[in-house]
Amino acid sequence: MTLPASPLDFTVAEARDALRAKAISSAELTKSFVQAIADARPLNAFVTETPERALDMAEASDARLAHGEGGALEGLPLAIKDLFCTKGVRTTAGSRILENFVPPYESTVTRNLWDAGAVLLGKTNMDEFAMGSSNETSYFKPVTNPWRARGSNQALVPGGSSGGSACAVSGQLCLAATGTDTGGSIRQPAAVSGIVGMKPTYGRCSRWGIIAFASSLDQAGPMTRTVRDAAILLKVMASVDPKDSTSVERPVPDYEAALGTGVKGLRVGIPKEYRIEGASPDVDALWAKGVEWLKGQGAQIVDVSLPHTKAALPAYYIVAPAEASSNLARYDGVRYGHRAAHPHDVTELYERSRAEGFGAEVRRRILIGTYVLSAGYYDAYYTRAQKIRSLIARDFAEAFEKCDVLLTPSTPGPAFALGEKTADPVSMYLNDVFTVTVNLAGLPAISVPAGLTASGLPLGLQVIGRTFDEEAVLRAGHAIETAAAFGAKPDKWWSAA
Amino acid sequence: MSVDRDTVRRIARLARIALDESRVEPMVNELNNILAWCRQLQAVDIEGVPPLTSVVAQQLKMRDDVVTEGGAVEALMANAPEAEAHFFVVPKVVE
Repeated sequence: MTLPASPLDFTVAEARDALRAKAISSAELTKSFVQAIADARPLNAFVTETPERALDMAEASDARLAHGEGGALEGLPLAIKDLFCTKGVRTTAGSRILENFVPPYESTVTRNLWDAGAVLLGKTNMDEFAMGSSNETSYFKPVTNPWRARGSNQALVPGGSSGGSACAVSGQLCLAATGTDTGGSIRQPAAVSGIVGMKPTYGRCSRWGIIAFASSLDQAGPMTRTVRDAAILLKVMASVDPKDSTSVERPVPDYEAALGTGVKGLRVGIPKEYRIEGASPDVDALWAKGVEWLKGQGAQIVDVSLPHTKAALPAYYIVAPAEASSNLARYDGVRYGHRAAHPHDVTELYERSRAEGFGAEVRRRILIGTYVLSAGYYDAYYTRAQKIRSLIARDFAEAFEKCDVLLTPSTPGPAFALGEKTADPVSMYLNDVFTVTVNLAGLPAISVPAGLTASGLPLGLQVIGRTFDEEAVLRAGHAIETAAAFGAKPDKWWSAA
Repeated sequence: MSVDRDTVRRIARLARIALDESRVEPMVNELNNILAWCRQLQAVDIEGVPPLTSVVAQQLKMRDDVVTEGGAVEALMANAPEAEAHFFVVPKVVE
């Protein structure tokens, strides 16, 4: 086994093998990342660091490994998006309203990770309640992307909403991280941070214990440095969970095994509607390369059409706020969360606690959601959006009669500057134009780092698959990864040295 | 369709979010910008299309009607901003 020079350079697969071969201990590995996190505080990737818990967990893992025991992720240090409830560890959803919330229970996804032996390094920063595409709506201040344009010192956003997780993986502050994806919140930050991000099929990972944003769209998934690592993590994160009524009763396959099978004969659809005005020319060029890479490995390229693509984003911005306005009704300043001081009556307690506890974007979406669900407007907005969702799902079903997976860009452009898009919500929403369709139809998709722009910033390609065909998505993602040989890493400009 | 000041005040009330009078007009503009952008959905032909209610076809799961957990009063109260003797405290509701 040849090991990377620094433990920070390990992939999940390499670290797993090195731990089993006793070439390194989990305590050594964990200490390296704890130090890297402390050195990277200027990036603001973490809301809460848990170094003591991490070392305790690592030592317990080392004891199990010494006895030849241990789970699939034994001793591997991970970062967890601060939307997953972690028992005894503050969980904020990036919001002031949950600033001091300490869950008395563990989310199913994180329970699965700890049961498999993984180590918790800390909770990562995120857009408030996962509402955003730049991590700038966080109450705990924005995250800075480890990447900068060539020759520039300008701070860029890491994407969002899983911006802290993307930053932590890209900046080598953890082996891998969890994210959640409601409209692109795993894949978009992964793409602009030069890492792999995967959203599995709706129902594959339990939503139990994940703070809800839009329940018919939310899905958890892995954020990693390689496609193989995504397969390894997803196998553990996914489960059949009686605590989530939308968790699907299907055995979890061995995703890593699917990687070996290649893409020969795989039919790859290219949807013409994803060629949009305003996308960076680098994006179109990379997409064309992706087509050649897959063709070169024996895949068959098919032109397909998804005619309702343009309607997806506005439909999403009706459905998601509607569900959010209902889900976020629970924050009332009574049972948990921020409570306004000295209210005169109970209505004022609710109104002021919520006005003080929620940030501007969350308040805006709750109001939009309340409006589209209110009497007289429900059919014109909400029912219409749900019908359009049917059309989008139908588009995909028809395309998948002609192909096995779809290849598209992940984002319309690379990481942008902090503050560049905060003034205009709609321009911010457009970041999700290529990812949001997938959530509306519940499909699995992956973003794989595939190239750099002319100014040296990472871009991703997205592979979309049929419901519960994560294997085909991973196979095609792996083929792109192999051909792209991305390998680029950001300079560690944030280290004091 | 667009919202006016009264509509914004009404939905803020429905959503139980206090909205300063000075914030009403900016919010009218912000919401109308978003709604104007969403208006492109009016051009989509939805004749005869059913609304999508579930992305994965599955029967709703049933479970036995039995107690699965309980006796967790301390855990339930642990995050209460104001509590007394295992009760959540709110301002007086009945005069």
